[in-house]
Amino acid sequence: MNQDDLLFAKTHEWVAITTEDEGRFATLGLSAFAVEELSDLVFIELPEVGRQVKAEEPFCEVESVKAVSDLYAPVSGEVVAVNDTLPDALETLKEDPYGAGWIAKIRITDDAGLTHLMDYKTYQRQCEEEG
Amino acid sequence: MKNTQDTELLFDLSRPGRRAARLPACDVPERPLSELLPSTALAQTPPNLPELSEPQVVRHFVNLSTQNMSVDTHFYPLGSCTMKYNPKRNERAASLPGLADLHPYQPDSTLQGILQILYELQEMLQEISGLAACSLQPAAGAHGELAALLVASAYFRDLGQKRSIVLVPDNAHGTNPASATMAGFQTVSIKTTSAGFVDMAELTAHLSEQVAVLMITNPSTLGLFEPNMRQIADQVHAVGGLVYLDGANMNAILGITRPGDFGADMQHYNPHKTFSGPHGGGGPGAGPICVTERLAPYLPVPLVVRQNEQDLQKNGDSPPVYRLDFSRPKSIGQVRAFFGNVGVLLRAYAYLRTHGPEGLRRVAENAVLNANYLLSRVKTMLPVPQGDRCMHEFVASAAQLKAEKNISAMDIAKRLLDYGFHAPTVYFPLTVAEAIMIEPTESEGKQTLDAFAEVLSHILQEDPQLLHDAPHTTSISRPDEVRAARHPILSHPEE
Repeated sequence: MNQDDLLFAKTHEWVAITTEDEGRFATLGLSAFAVEELSDLVFIELPEVGRQVKAEEPFCEVESVKAVSDLYAPVSGEVVAVNDTLPDALETLKEDPYGAGWIAKIRITDDAGLTHLMDYKTYQRQCEEEG
Repeated sequence: MKNTQDTELLFDLSRPGRRAARLPACDVPERPLSELLPSTALAQTPPNLPELSEPQVVRHFVNLSTQNMSVDTHFYPLGSCTMKYNPKRNERAASLPGLADLHPYQPDSTLQGILQILYELQEMLQEISGLAACSLQPAAGAHGELAALLVASAYFRDLGQKRSIVLVPDNAHGTNPASATMAGFQTVSIKTTSAGFVDMAELTAHLSEQVAVLMITNPSTLGLFEPNMRQIADQVHAVGGLVYLDGANMNAILGITRPGDFGADMQHYNPHKTFSGPHGGGGPGAGPICVTERLAPYLPVPLVVRQNEQDLQKNGDSPPVYRLDFSRPKSIGQVRAFFGNVGVLLRAYAYLRTHGPEGLRRVAENAVLNANYLLSRVKTMLPVPQGDRCMHEFVASAAQLKAEKNISAMDIAKRLLDYGFHAPTVYFPLTVAEAIMIEPTESEGKQTLDAFAEVLSHILQEDPQLLHDAPHTTSISRPDEVRAARHPILSHPEE
């Protein structure tokens, strides 16, 4: 996926919104900037499929040699799929953060969280300030 | 000098039949084990244990121990850990037979000495914190946090209030959110300002009658004393919440200010930090907690109490004067076996009695003075984003160096080992990029601080590649941390 087509949360998750027959979905992952900042990753705890998540609440955990970090759900909804290959291939998060490095797919039940997301350019400005 | 042979794995050193002691033949009739124990209690095969001589075992462990860094061998400015010198007199006091050889099931009447010490320690910790009651039970700092939050939980339950939120500023200790979650609360993080203080607008926005506790680390992990502390506490109290002080940084304020006086309702101590108990090695830590009068009924049992002498006389009882009080109906219960981790508590007692009130104040003054002196030297080499002044520690940043020369906080930390200094804490707190957190403690003289500053200055001029490959002088250089975390080898291959 092209980063320009994605939305970003201030907590560094990216989101791709798709509309399918069963409703609207958010596929999400961790931005290239965040993966770089975390440095060497050692562990990811994926959410369970079927779990209800609430926007801006932690739902997944990544651990690097530096620290453990929460991932925050960018939208409210139900986890319908997770990328099971990640725990054994964490390098994917670094190599292809916006494609093969996707983390979870959520069926959106409430659009409220979407208004807090920003486009890539705005997100990049935030990263420059943090970096 | 370097002995690599004796530091091989014990299983690799093992040879069949080798023994530390050979016993003479048994002079009473031997009976097979199967006659003495039921078959369900017997293993099919003997355990696979290494077979070694006594000198081999001694050499193995002594050689390994010399590859370690400790407060007894090196300057150890590990921020947030208060690695002060552990006086040897504490060890002597704690190993006196009258203390070390007691059994916890002895009757109270034969334990009066140690109970008096523990009672006096409770009193001293209460006085230092400005709080009314103390439990010595928790086994370590984070356990103290958990116990105190359970006390808060019991208190609100008793009041019939449902409060689910614990607020934690992002400059607090990393254990705070974990303790709140363990105690069944929902943690909400409060942002700090660029100056490193609690953002008051953010705090106000999060305050409600859902808030049970605000956990604050003051002085914070940035080594700063919160200037709005009183106001913060008042606001939390105004919505009926409690203020918890993470006491890990008490070394900066001993005898100067008291958490109870600036609005805390509960706090823990880390005797292994503040009161010079050893970190590990000499035994486990402890995490005594102090609370206000209204929270006292919920403290873990047992508390050590001193019986009123008039009551003793009135009842015609003879001492014991000191006893363990289990009869506290509102208590959250027992959180640790027996009296808690008494060994480290005894060391704390010895330390407190050695220093006295005046001495304790000097400890804090010198810890703060040392940190400010080192800050004044380090900030000319590495930016200290929040650092015109500090309390007991400060946080420098290698972010600029990383951008310009690709030298990271980790590279600097690793290279310091080559010069005989233990590394500072790195990458914590998370609010500072490429953080290097330095806490010299009061134990060091100016000579050591100058030597450290000069080595740091020298390192920053070195070839970056030399730093990337450091340490060069330790028995192993950089372990593969990713592999160690993801594919650890936890047993000998033959197991």
